[in-house]
Amino acid sequence: MSPSDLGAIWLTLKLACVTTALLLLIGTPIAWWLARSDSFWKGPVGAVVALPIVLPPTVIGFYLLVAMGPNGPVGQFTQALGLGVLPFTFAGLVVASVFYSLPFVVQPLQNAFEAIGERPLEVAATLRASPLDAFFSVALPLARPGYLTATVLGFAHTVGEFGVVLMIGGNIPDETRVVSVQIYDHVEAMDYAQAHWLAAGMLVFSFLVLLALYTLNPSGRRR
Amino acid sequence: MSGIRARFKLDYPGFSLDVDLHLPGVGVTTLFGHSGSGKTTLLRCVAGLRHVAGGELVVNGEVWQDADTCLPPHRRSIGYVFQEASLFPHLDIRRNLEYGLKRVPEARRRVGLEHAIELLGIGHLLKRKPDSLSGGERQRVGIARALVVSPDILLMDEPLAALDLARKQEILPYLERLHDDLEIPVLYVSHAPDEVARLADHLVVLERGKVVASGGLTETLARLDLPIRLGEDAGVVLDGEVAEIDADWHLARVRVGLPESHPGGPVNLWVRDSGHPVGHRARVRILARDVSVALDRHDDSSILNTLSATVVEVAEDSHPALSLVRMDVAGAPLVARLTRRSVSGLGLLPGKLVWAQIKAVALIG
Repeated sequence: MSPSDLGAIWLTLKLACVTTALLLLIGTPIAWWLARSDSFWKGPVGAVVALPIVLPPTVIGFYLLVAMGPNGPVGQFTQALGLGVLPFTFAGLVVASVFYSLPFVVQPLQNAFEAIGERPLEVAATLRASPLDAFFSVALPLARPGYLTATVLGFAHTVGEFGVVLMIGGNIPDETRVVSVQIYDHVEAMDYAQAHWLAAGMLVFSFLVLLALYTLNPSGRRR
Repeated sequence: MSGIRARFKLDYPGFSLDVDLHLPGVGVTTLFGHSGSGKTTLLRCVAGLRHVAGGELVVNGEVWQDADTCLPPHRRSIGYVFQEASLFPHLDIRRNLEYGLKRVPEARRRVGLEHAIELLGIGHLLKRKPDSLSGGERQRVGIARALVVSPDILLMDEPLAALDLARKQEILPYLERLHDDLEIPVLYVSHAPDEVARLADHLVVLERGKVVASGGLTETLARLDLPIRLGEDAGVVLDGEVAEIDADWHLARVRVGLPESHPGGPVNLWVRDSGHPVGHRARVRILARDVSVALDRHDDSSILNTLSATVVEVAEDSHPALSLVRMDVAGAPLVARLTRRSVSGLGLLPGKLVWAQIKAVALIG
């Protein structure tokens, strides 16, 4: 494997780790709210979160590119903060990945929170636990299977993305050139042997991740 | 300022709750009613699990809810026992018990963990997970968990309803010990007359969200406008104590009603000896259908308990053939369910002196 292949693998893992961590942080309150709210906005918010499942990655990539570009609202904001513009940087790739993988984290968490129901939290309240206390001491532990699913799916989906990366990140070595892009490059260059190494690696990795998920978490439901 | 004042008003299509209650700050108060009567809703309002705007709740002088304040449930000094034990599945029994305990400041702890474990007989379960326990064991843990937060009031929402008869019999003695051991007032929701008879000191009868009766157990059960709602379970409950054991015949004499010194004399009832010693506080239950009335005393009958009584009130029962007759036996109330023909034939009117023949007396605790 060439140094550029190793660089791509390292970058991919870094991107997936950062993205997954951010997704769990952002996804938890969104999923909690979606699971427990009766608000009118529950429908629209749920639909927006689920969009990446149905949209072609290029569409998401395109609008993110426009929004984060020098003239886009996000771009204006990041420039005002002195951060420059995000497209074609690692940070931009993280932002795009978070959007793209959001439903794969939010939905398992939402299902897990819904499965817990109202009762354990009521019990916690009658045992003097404040709502925040009850969330950490009861809801989080009971939603653990959901967190496992969310983490694995979020991580794996980020590793497997291609279209959004190409739109937002381009193809800059050690900055935005992840494994899927590297494979594409090898194939473009008719370098099938190199492509095989990475592609087979991805295949094995994905299989092992899903195998682990289904073994550790057989039903995906609460015990 | 002992006691509980609760005022809640809720109005939904198909369901309403409109109560204004003063309840004693000691003993067991049962909220009795059929499903849909609003008894659980009332309990949830007291716990703060259900918020009713404009409600009012004062517990032992402490305002939990009024026009300006409404404490969230975790700030109210309650213990709550749910119908299903609702133990935390991710914690073992000990950590379930400690969950609430840890969150109560040490200065406010009055019920020790060891005491609660001993009281409910769950010492051998501490290392187990909730899903390995039987329904009865789980509910005992649920009760202990609610006790160790040292609540000012214990709220119990049909804690026995989800259990079969054997499990109920397993738990009832623990509830009675609770009643005798701790000075925590209890609000106990139930639709089972036998639980009420066994546990209650004070009875609140709810119907379609409204209070139809509230008072001491003996007086309230003897009201003739309520037995209709109890159906076959209509009857009275009398408190007394075991006065004598007849070892030869395996019988116990239970003294109820007025004290021995009173000219009316005490009321003596012979019941099956259940092993309680002389002096034991005993509660007996006499169903209206087990009481018959005669104008003369018959000593040539199989009935052991024949008491001199005065008719106080005669009322219609649910069936047009039946009447309910309330009598006074030396200060203790007694209710008989008789046919209207008998009532008319014997000329039973208030003030009439009769002999009440009691076919069955159940000693309940």
